[in-house]
Amino acid sequence: MTAAIIVGLLVAGGVWFLAQPGLLRVILGFVLLGHGVNVLLLASGGLDRRRAPFVGDGAGDPAALADPLPQAFVLTAVVITFGVSVYLLAILRAESVEDPDVSAADDMDETDEPRAGR
Amino acid sequence: MSPMLLALPVFAPLAGVGMVLLLSRRGAGSAGAPPRIARAVGWGVTVVVLVASMVLLTSALDGDIATLRLGGWPSGIAIVLVADVLGALMMAVTSLLVLLSLVFATVTGEDDGHFVALALVLSTGVYGAMLTGDLFSLFVFVEVMLVPSYVLLIRSGGRRRLAAGQRYVSVNLLASTLFLAGVGLLYGVTGTVDLGELAGAARNPAAALATAVVLLALGIKAAIVPLHSWLPSSYAVAGPAVVVLFSGLLTKVGVYALFRIYAVVFDGDRRWLWIFLVLGLLTMVVGVLAALGERSVRSVLTFHMVSQIGYMLLGLGLFTTAGLAAGIFFLVQYVLVKAALLMCAGAIEVRHGTDELRLLGGIGRTEPVLAGAFGISALALVGVPPLSGFVAKLKLVQAAVAEHQYAAVAAVAVVSLLTLVSMLKLWNAIFTQPEPQPESQPVTRPGAGPSTEATIMVVPSRSGPILPPADAIASRPLLLAPAVVLAGVAVSLGLAAEPLLVVCERAADGLVDVGTYVEAVTSP
Repeated sequence: MTAAIIVGLLVAGGVWFLAQPGLLRVILGFVLLGHGVNVLLLASGGLDRRRAPFVGDGAGDPAALADPLPQAFVLTAVVITFGVSVYLLAILRAESVEDPDVSAADDMDETDEPRAGR
Repeated sequence: MSPMLLALPVFAPLAGVGMVLLLSRRGAGSAGAPPRIARAVGWGVTVVVLVASMVLLTSALDGDIATLRLGGWPSGIAIVLVADVLGALMMAVTSLLVLLSLVFATVTGEDDGHFVALALVLSTGVYGAMLTGDLFSLFVFVEVMLVPSYVLLIRSGGRRRLAAGQRYVSVNLLASTLFLAGVGLLYGVTGTVDLGELAGAARNPAAALATAVVLLALGIKAAIVPLHSWLPSSYAVAGPAVVVLFSGLLTKVGVYALFRIYAVVFDGDRRWLWIFLVLGLLTMVVGVLAALGERSVRSVLTFHMVSQIGYMLLGLGLFTTAGLAAGIFFLVQYVLVKAALLMCAGAIEVRHGTDELRLLGGIGRTEPVLAGAFGISALALVGVPPLSGFVAKLKLVQAAVAEHQYAAVAAVAVVSLLTLVSMLKLWNAIFTQPEPQPESQPVTRPGAGPSTEATIMVVPSRSGPILPPADAIASRPLLLAPAVVLAGVAVSLGLAAEPLLVVCERAADGLVDVGTYVEAVTSP
């Protein structure tokens, strides 16, 4: 149940951020959404009906021990989400440094503007 | 035949990347390895993969589906690589396309060492996605494919590249997150992500819902209307060779995975097929209508891309052997024809500095070879006999009639007509219409004009990609060679469609009856 509440909160926060203007908020939204999905992935191993292995009385029935496969999945997914988020941050940085006049705001105009600058 | 051959498409490109990066010169602008070495490695590795996929395809056609369990773990835990007829066929087509776009990148001057390295990583992801037998590995391979594509798009794009890149990365990240959530839910319900063990799992409604989340994420990646808007906006800024590479690989992996997952997990459940039919028709119509209104070569072609994905979905929506075979045949010929068209567009762009229709004209007289290659591939895309598109659409119509889907038949005809209209618009504007006045034409043929024009050439157009400097552009026959080869393939696939049709039917058989595939994935 705890996992479900955590996933709900993280996803709600992520979606709220995604709906805000500005790339930075979108990135924050993706960070929250990514965490939410990672918790969901972890919970898919059955957190409430399994115990931590190796500690306490964890040496018993393997069926009652934590499922390692979702944990391996989460490790992979965390790395990917983290890398792509950092790449988005780099885009944000490049946008503000390199080309302040061309931002997402004015990329709606397609071909109608005059090509006089060339 | 050794199953280790299956590991080759995944590991050979990565080894090639390592070689390219090791050989790269340090400092000095760090443009990667000397282009000649990078080129040789890239071409060599891709040819090896092409040969390997041909061998795998032959063996799959003989009924021997190769399976490899990496690390020797039991099934369910091991990363399983499987090459059935569909997977091997797709891999053969995509490796051919990677090879041709590497060649094309050489003649447009885009292939520094980094381009080759990124393209090879991207191709690894594509081959892996086509070979893998479990959903989580599919997620990982799709990411391996997407991450270099983010870099390739932003490296090659024009001034709008950052805005387009941010949209492209955001949409794909959202789709990947959704994909991962779907995989997590499916694991929670069924306790496995192995496609073999998931066969028919959608009979359980909870598992069906979880798989639907995965299919939705794949729908975004395949650019199905109404989830398509990221494709035209990002492909419009990529460099000519980059867009050839993207067009043949990215959305096609989405389409392939839709075919595979629906066939295996839903076991081709007929209750939901209408969704694919409706979405397919919508995608066909919306894509082609949007293409009619566009005013540059590239944007017309990218909206056609959306439209053509609808045809493949139609094949999935019919879910008969004939329908699926037609869909797969369509996919194979479309990848090649579209690449030819985009190469022609790229040649125009590189040669004339723009692909806006109102700035082009009169090229038909000066460049008959380009006009010929463009004309043949455009007619093949439209579906004029005896070209490859005609066979694909004929088979699709026959399959639709057999299933009494007459709306689909009408849509195929109308959309083909509209495709013809927009192709005629391109043809007139580029080739037959008189050349526009010199003052409205910003760039003349590169290298031919005085030095001022050469400097203008380097300044990227407002929306277009950064074009390579004029001296990097190869001479005329070489620039057109890849497109001419592909146009020839379109003709020969139309005239001699039978062998490929037989292979596509075998691939479709494997989707209608997934027994052999499932057995290959699960057997120890």
